[in-house]
Amino acid sequence: MIVTRGLTKRYGHLLVVDQVDLDVREGDRYGFLGPNGSGKTTVVRMLLGLVYATSGEITVLGQPVPKRVGEVLPSIGSLVEGPSAYGHLSGRANLALIDAAGKSGSRRTRGSRIAATLDRVGLGGIDNRPVKRYSLGMRQRLGLAAALLRTPKLLILDEPTNGLDPQGIREIRDLLIELNAAGTTVFLSSHQLSEVEQLCSRVGIVDRGRLVRQDDLETLRALTGRSIVRTPDTDRAREVLDGQIELAQGSRLVVADADTAALNSRLVAHGVRVTEIAAERRSLEDVVLSVTGSGSDRVDAGDGERR
Amino acid sequence: MIRVELVKLVRRPRSWVSLVLLCGLPVLVAVFVAVTHLAPPPGQGPALLSAVLSSGSLYPAAALAIVLPIFLPVAVAVVAGDSIAGEAGSGTLRYLLARPVGRTRLLAAKLIALIVYTLSAVILIAVTAYLTGIALFGSQPVVATPGGLTTSDIAATSLSGSGLTPADIALRTIGAVAFIAVSMLGVGAIALFLSTITDSALGAALGALAALITSEVLVSLNAASAVNPYLPTRYWLAWIDFFRDPIVWRNIERGFAVQAAYVVVFLAASWAHFATKDITS
Repeated sequence: MIVTRGLTKRYGHLLVVDQVDLDVREGDRYGFLGPNGSGKTTVVRMLLGLVYATSGEITVLGQPVPKRVGEVLPSIGSLVEGPSAYGHLSGRANLALIDAAGKSGSRRTRGSRIAATLDRVGLGGIDNRPVKRYSLGMRQRLGLAAALLRTPKLLILDEPTNGLDPQGIREIRDLLIELNAAGTTVFLSSHQLSEVEQLCSRVGIVDRGRLVRQDDLETLRALTGRSIVRTPDTDRAREVLDGQIELAQGSRLVVADADTAALNSRLVAHGVRVTEIAAERRSLEDVVLSVTGSGSDRVDAGDGERR
Repeated sequence: MIRVELVKLVRRPRSWVSLVLLCGLPVLVAVFVAVTHLAPPPGQGPALLSAVLSSGSLYPAAALAIVLPIFLPVAVAVVAGDSIAGEAGSGTLRYLLARPVGRTRLLAAKLIALIVYTLSAVILIAVTAYLTGIALFGSQPVVATPGGLTTSDIAATSLSGSGLTPADIALRTIGAVAFIAVSMLGVGAIALFLSTITDSALGAALGALAALITSEVLVSLNAASAVNPYLPTRYWLAWIDFFRDPIVWRNIERGFAVQAAYVVVFLAASWAHFATKDITS
């Protein structure tokens, strides 16, 4: 769906995106993860033909971008750096304008399509108040509605849950999963680990303009070869697992043994009560922190000149 | 896309407020002049105003002369300056382009909306001024002379003057309206160009007005006579020549040519810049 080769963008001397090779496959829920200022938004803008790459190639839906971007954009829904709308018009009027712009959808079905899309993002009962009176969350939903208006094959979303409350985030996540199940590929750019971890099947991690990891979420969150055991009988457990315990925090023990089943039966056989046992996985946070530096919004002394 | 831009223009309260203000100022002036009968003497104050007291059918021309120096260019510069920069500032530009609306198409639609706004402003001013003029000053026959307009009572002694029929006045007014509209498009083209450069609609509008003020300063400066014929405001008042008899075409033609050149050059520059620009707003 999206393939880039050596994608690079410079603004003057500032290297914003450096040799990025993205590979987003059809049906993916792709999480594009990175700290603030790592170049995520610039990549998204290049995918949409808004910003021109300094060098490198982009292919979206099989067409070269930006050369034939006009042919692929009708099949893409996008949300870039927050929603925006004409503040003095109602949400419906905004969607009608956006729908009429460009290769417009049929005017006859416009009203019903807009109503259906508003329903979908949870704004079905919205009145005619102008968008400037919308809350941040409502604007975000309206932006999503604009992205979904033409039932896109590919959704490119930049921080889509910004400004939403936990219920809203959950709703949007469920909506995206539902759309994905129906065949829409989702490309989600975010700095929120939990959002990506809960939604995405594949993850690309970007740091200071470079793509540092790109893999399936399951692979990234690989087993560590250790197990986590919780037991009230820690002293007894220590005797049984002599030398295998790497870390003990109260009732929680980190054991250097990947086979939880065998470990469990051994503990139980020795009369150790086990309240919880599981194989340890790397959290996405561990992975991200291990491959990225601090975000560009942090500027340490002597650090300002580096980029 | 053109329809979308026109809808945006029409549904924007600002468009209507500016039109009401543009039409309101001449009405206000007409009321004062009609009540006091104190028109500025010929040659002073806004052009043609002195002639209006005796014939209201000239008021459209006088009204255009009243709004031409500041009001009209400001209104046009604001609308033109807003066209791309306003979308960029509100963040809607990226969504329009990702829709997709081709950049050239978007610019063309913005230009057409600007032309529609300018034409409707100038025509509305002329129409309201005509109605105001007829209501307040009546319509006596008017006589045009090579030196400009006089009204029948004075012109009775003038041998070179010939009477202007209402149809004549209408035609000449249409000529003036067209000339002023084209002059304003020159302003609009400058503002549109600046609008593709900055993300601030206000900056683009003020930039275009700064260009006009610079031009006005240079026009009045003898030392700048070398560039004088190429300045955008040099021939702005040439439309008064439509009300001489016979019509003096020289400056009118030059005015059209200069404005056309400004429109072409700045539109080309806008297009060249906008089509290759990184949209980071």
